[in-house]
Amino acid sequence: MSEPGFVSVSELGAGMIALRGDLRSKVFRKAAEAGTGLKLPAPCTIVWDGARALGWMAPDELLLVVPEGEGAVTVAALEHALAGQHALVADVSDARAMFHISGPGAREALAKLTPADLSPAAFPVGTLRRTRLGQVAGALWAEERGLTVLCFRSVAVYMRDLLADASHPDAALRVF
Amino acid sequence: MLYLKCPYCGQMADETELASGGQAHLRREGPDSSDSAFEAYLFLRDNPRGVHFERWRHAYGCGKWFHAARCTRTLEVFGTYRAQMGAPPQDILAAIAARRGETA
Ligand SMILES: [Zn+2]
Repeated sequence: MSEPGFVSVSELGAGMIALRGDLRSKVFRKAAEAGTGLKLPAPCTIVWDGARALGWMAPDELLLVVPEGEGAVTVAALEHALAGQHALVADVSDARAMFHISGPGAREALAKLTPADLSPAAFPVGTLRRTRLGQVAGALWAEERGLTVLCFRSVAVYMRDLLADASHPDAALRVF
Repeated sequence: MLYLKCPYCGQMADETELASGGQAHLRREGPDSSDSAFEAYLFLRDNPRGVHFERWRHAYGCGKWFHAARCTRTLEVFGTYRAQMGAPPQDILAAIAARRGETA
């Protein structure tokens, strides 16, 4: 990025685990909650504390976000808790990239890239949506401090350029 | 622009977040079927000007396949329903009938 845009974009390092299984199963729910210390989120939402997050990705898929370097130990704990269950635990820390977009105009910058309605009314804090960002798939969620974007690591450079372009200082919008 | 509500995650998905899967409720023809039945299964599709039942996948979202009933002429969407259903459910048929003044 040659000059700073109207929002700040930073790439975050984090441990990320894809957890798939039957969300109605007590054992599965308990394992997911124990892996993060967080309550299972409602559909299309994400919950977090300072260090960890638990997101609802699909009717049979959750995302666990843990501090960088804690992916392997969390996977081991989940596999232990889910032994004998029909479930899948995958450490996707290196397969995904995560960006945080903050500052006034963060929603506007992302609204240029996705068909999702990012107005605060339609996309309140805690909402998680998997959608399209430019030409690639991604997930995004709203926090008090801004928005977090998740995409495949293979398109992380594209995403970084896309975000830099959308937040160009000459292209600021005030919509929301 | 077409918007469909995914019956699995409940989100209103934009057309560009979806992948089209063509005509719904095809009956698969097996190895014992006649050549003409197998040809029809593989290649022959309805192309109505009006009510159409289709398969769609929430490709950029939760990833699930689902069904949609819509009008190809007006782009009106009558509703969406789960992929496990072998035929359109009664509420969808009723919605179509109500809008068309036809009996379902
Ligand atoms: Zn969906």
